[in-house]
Amino acid sequence: MSLKPPVGPQDHVLGNPDAPIELVEYGDFECPFCGQAYYSVKAVQAALGDDLHFVFRNFPLAQAHPHALQAAQAAEAAGLQGRFWEMHDVLFEHQDMLDEPDLFRFAGALGLDLERFARDFASPEVAAKIRADFLSGARSGVNGTPTFFVNGERYDGSWAPQDFVAALSSLARDVAVRP
Amino acid sequence: MALEAGKQAPDFTLNSTPDQKVSLSELKGRRVILAFYPADWSPVCSDQLPIYSELLPEFRRYGADIMGISVDGVWCHAAFAKDRKLRFPLLADFEPKGEVARAYDVYRKKDGFSERALFVIDREGIIHWSYVSPIGINPGADGILEALESMEGKKS
Repeated sequence: MSLKPPVGPQDHVLGNPDAPIELVEYGDFECPFCGQAYYSVKAVQAALGDDLHFVFRNFPLAQAHPHALQAAQAAEAAGLQGRFWEMHDVLFEHQDMLDEPDLFRFAGALGLDLERFARDFASPEVAAKIRADFLSGARSGVNGTPTFFVNGERYDGSWAPQDFVAALSSLARDVAVRP
Repeated sequence: MALEAGKQAPDFTLNSTPDQKVSLSELKGRRVILAFYPADWSPVCSDQLPIYSELLPEFRRYGADIMGISVDGVWCHAAFAKDRKLRFPLLADFEPKGEVARAYDVYRKKDGFSERALFVIDREGIIHWSYVSPIGINPGADGILEALESMEGKKS
């Protein structure tokens, strides 16, 4: 199972762009497992530092999670003002507060231009971006949330913090040894 | 194991709700995706079927209908579909138990339920693609989408 399309300019990328390890998550802001994985990803980021960059793509299971789509819209709308990652963090840290007024309150707290946020939040472009992420996930073999890809290949191992850090650190060492 | 591409898809008539039945032969002229799964409420299915629910517009674009099939009864299916907000039919392969799964050669006799198996059937009722996933692993949708894509431009 490999990532289609590869990470590109359409993606939100956090960390050293030249890092040897590229971690991509397909996630849903209302999914409780993604809420747990959020902390695993933080642990991996802390452990790997400049050896890792992290990419988040939307995979909202909107029928199962009624707030998932609007939360994704909030993250993408914040992204258009350069604040995707701040919103991503706030959403995962407040998974029980994803009603529309909450999302606008978060946007206000992040200091976003709220008129623009409201426009982008409801825009067809943001909806299309989320759908494109979802479809790329479906084509890449995403079979639940969260699904991770490491250097373009689906990662089926454990993402419990210790296991995840161990697996990715070991991979980073292997990559570093190669010429 | 599992009927292969090129074979005629065995016809069946199963309940989709307590008072509605679906026959494969009625769907001739449409493409059909059959998703056999072991059981309602099992942990792995809980992500598999919602993903298909989200992909209904894509399946429709290829002229395809999707149906889930397990050995659970109609009332169990109704409760499961409501809980997971599924928007496609779940068929009850309930009596005689697993008969349709047996016809498609995806019944696990020892366990009393079917494999996690996917079939994409063309407009003429011929199996275009089939896949059996390891039982604990959710197969996702990439294989289905690729199979539908490979049928594009073909009459069948």
